[in-house]
Amino acid sequence: MNVSTNAPSRGHSEPLSQRLAELRGPAPQRSLNARSLAALAANPGCHRRAVLDAAGVDKSALASRLGRPAPFGQSPFAIARGVIFESRLKADDYAALLEPLRRHLGLPADGGAPLVVPDLLRRSGSAVRADRTAEALAAAAADPDAWTLLDHPLLRLDVAGSTAYLEPDAVVVHGGRCTVVEIKSFPVLDGSADPAKVGAAARQAAVYVLALQHAAAARAGEALAPDPYTEQRLTGSPRLSVLLVCPKDFSNRPTAVAVDVRRELATTRRQLSRMTGIGRLLDALPPGTGFDLAVDEDGGPARSADELATAVEAVPAAYSPDCLSTCELGFHCRAQARCGDRVEQLGRGVRGELGSIRTVTEALAAATATGSGTDEAAERLAYAAALRAEALGAAVR
Amino acid sequence: MSLLTTLARLEAVRSGRAEPLATVRHRHLSDRPMVVVPLTAAGEAGAPLAVLLGTDRDAPRLHLVPQPLNRTLRFDYLAELAADLLPYLEFFGADVEQIEGSEKDPETGEKTQVFRELCADAPQLIVPNSAGVHHLALIGRSTRFRRTVEDDEPGPYPAPVRVPLLGRWLTHLTDRAQVPGSSLLLPMTGLLARHWATGQSHLEDQHLAARLAWHFPPDGLAGAEAAERAESTRDERGQLLHPPAGPATDPRFDEVVLGPAIARYDAATSALAHSTEQRDDSGAARAREAVREAIEQLRGVLTAVLLPTWHDVWRGIDLLRTLPPAGHLEERWTGDRWSYTGHRDRLAAGEPPQPRQDDAVTAARKLAQREREQARLDVQEALDDPLAMAEHRLAGEAFAGVVTEVVPDYDTTGRSPKPRPLVTLRTDDRPHADLGREAHRVHGPSTQKAEIVAVDPAEGSITLRILSGMGRKKEPEPGSLPEPGELVTFTLFELTVRQSAPLPEPDDTPWTHGGPPGAAPGPVPSTSAFDEWE
Repeated sequence: MNVSTNAPSRGHSEPLSQRLAELRGPAPQRSLNARSLAALAANPGCHRRAVLDAAGVDKSALASRLGRPAPFGQSPFAIARGVIFESRLKADDYAALLEPLRRHLGLPADGGAPLVVPDLLRRSGSAVRADRTAEALAAAAADPDAWTLLDHPLLRLDVAGSTAYLEPDAVVVHGGRCTVVEIKSFPVLDGSADPAKVGAAARQAAVYVLALQHAAAARAGEALAPDPYTEQRLTGSPRLSVLLVCPKDFSNRPTAVAVDVRRELATTRRQLSRMTGIGRLLDALPPGTGFDLAVDEDGGPARSADELATAVEAVPAAYSPDCLSTCELGFHCRAQARCGDRVEQLGRGVRGELGSIRTVTEALAAATATGSGTDEAAERLAYAAALRAEALGAAVR
Repeated sequence: MSLLTTLARLEAVRSGRAEPLATVRHRHLSDRPMVVVPLTAAGEAGAPLAVLLGTDRDAPRLHLVPQPLNRTLRFDYLAELAADLLPYLEFFGADVEQIEGSEKDPETGEKTQVFRELCADAPQLIVPNSAGVHHLALIGRSTRFRRTVEDDEPGPYPAPVRVPLLGRWLTHLTDRAQVPGSSLLLPMTGLLARHWATGQSHLEDQHLAARLAWHFPPDGLAGAEAAERAESTRDERGQLLHPPAGPATDPRFDEVVLGPAIARYDAATSALAHSTEQRDDSGAARAREAVREAIEQLRGVLTAVLLPTWHDVWRGIDLLRTLPPAGHLEERWTGDRWSYTGHRDRLAAGEPPQPRQDDAVTAARKLAQREREQARLDVQEALDDPLAMAEHRLAGEAFAGVVTEVVPDYDTTGRSPKPRPLVTLRTDDRPHADLGREAHRVHGPSTQKAEIVAVDPAEGSITLRILSGMGRKKEPEPGSLPEPGELVTFTLFELTVRQSAPLPEPDDTPWTHGGPPGAAPGPVPSTSAFDEWE
């Protein structure tokens, strides 16, 4: 439920965004959304992903052109279920959503200050919606007694010279502070939920919190607090715990859980600050590198698959098997890691275990080497190989 | 992951084939295992879609939910599953043996002889992967608290009678599957991972077909290419030639094949409802036929998507049967039989279903049991399998070598001298052998303890003083000591697992752990032990 679009930054003359646009070619810019921003945090060392995401290249299309399409997709059943759950929550003036929110935020029971749900102009364009959200947020934060629910607000966040628009499911404002509400359709079963899914939701929500922090700081005319773990208490600042609203057990009834996202927030901030240093990564690219996926007038591709592969190769990747489930280029990078005989194909842990040994051939050579090597990892490998050979030989006998 | 496993993986990368990680089979395999391949409907936790199951590889049985969102149809499915699975689970409860034991009278302390029943064999369920185990746990959780028509207050949505019973069995089996070394419910990917290494990561090994591609690469392909084919080759409709082992289905299958088939079923049932309402008999007959055809079509597409995994699980079983059983399998399987018998007895005694959350004492007991079983498993696997022992030798917790010298020596501090001979062996191993540390002899005639008295790493020699296992006389019993030239192995860890300190009865739970259950003023469990469903 993260629809967001990207538009060129208001500062047009920035050379960085121009260079990124040149890399992308005439193809439409792929939007950065909370999910893709959060995914960056999963593999911070990957320059390839950082450059392609910053340039807004459609990685999915790129992967197909490279011959190893991304295996991702979402089942229509899962999408339908998510939509049904969210619409149930919002039916009858948000009755079902308010029940768990009341308990967590101390919302007044009926009769207290009424809940205000401003119209956020959801049918308008992104820029209009974002301006309207900023306006509504400022108004809601100015009145500490009011309870305001912003339904699908649109937040701005500047990332590497372009503006990303982010759309949280809801934001609740009271007492001059706001809280991000994220609606997910995985269940909380007997008080606990799938940690992997909660983690992904927290990383995503952290991006929204960051956008709200920037907005609050800009309104107050102050800089963002340098330490991501301290809560900046400006008017309209977000709380550092977000509310996750999920189905309870096997029912369709909602339950809300507060999730502390300070750690995720720190990771995201570090990640995004590195993205602004993307100029250095671009400087390292050979001239003429480009990821133009467009088709020219006579139907032929602007760049051949080989040219694209060379361009991708020019940006170093940090492949690990986790990439297969998080990045569209995962299969391509795996094939490259295998071609290059690199030990990363077996997992991050293996690479750590083998120390300075980087290829499978090197590792196996070390394992069969006799005589004393100077490298500790190589020596242990040889010892392990001897033990393995002995044990397997004993079994054959 | 240890360096030895990494080495095996590296070898597999080079050879393009799976490489052994064990020389014997470390898990019990039943003669008649029940293979269960479940599928779940996307988007809803624990919503079943279909299952292929059976004990005969040539005759799998399919059960399905034609519309996964319909709770009545889900109950019908669960009732079918219960009718299919429960006879197998209950079958083993009939044949018992009597095990003699003693029971201590809590007041007099007097011991009396008692006989307890132990089932002669137990059921074994095999699912494709650990996600399959999790799915069965979710079904168990969602069904064991259901009310049935036989309850006093059946509620508005009573479940078929045997469904909660199925939930309790599935809960027991999935709970037991958490115990290291247990074999009542096993995921095939886990079984294969214990015994063979592939040239890919653990993450990729979760894909059963990709894993098996390393064992049976087709057309002379290398394992990596064969695995990638299994993962990603699609037909002209965009469907995977080798569907994932589930329980989650491929989104493209949901979109292109399953979605339309379910829509067709929905259309047929609403046509049937309409013509029944209109009292249109011929229309109703036609609609009934359409419903039947829609279900047939669903059966067809689901069977097609399940069968490859079904055959994969059986191929995995074939592979495992090529390994000789490990020496301690029987002992661990007996533990599984006790677990099965215990659950059978609790059901017979009319005990309530397993609670949603364990109380403090039960949780501590389970944790202690799992830790104990893990320790026992590690020791037993090391004793049964030189490759497992090699792990300990690499870690410096064991050493093997050839005996070079045996020197008789005696402990003369007591009234009569006791044998304390010195055994020196030459080894290439580099154990953490501090002087005075206790060592234990592996595969000796009896359990034998020793103490390290001298270590010379440059020479590669270790001298041990043997402390026990030599009989009661002044001279060691013949054959109780290793001879020069003999290959011996010692471990620095004990070869029997100690019992942990006893835990209090639930009624004596200390206040630090919430006090006795029921006394706590915490949240009162909802009106009854039953779940509400909307």
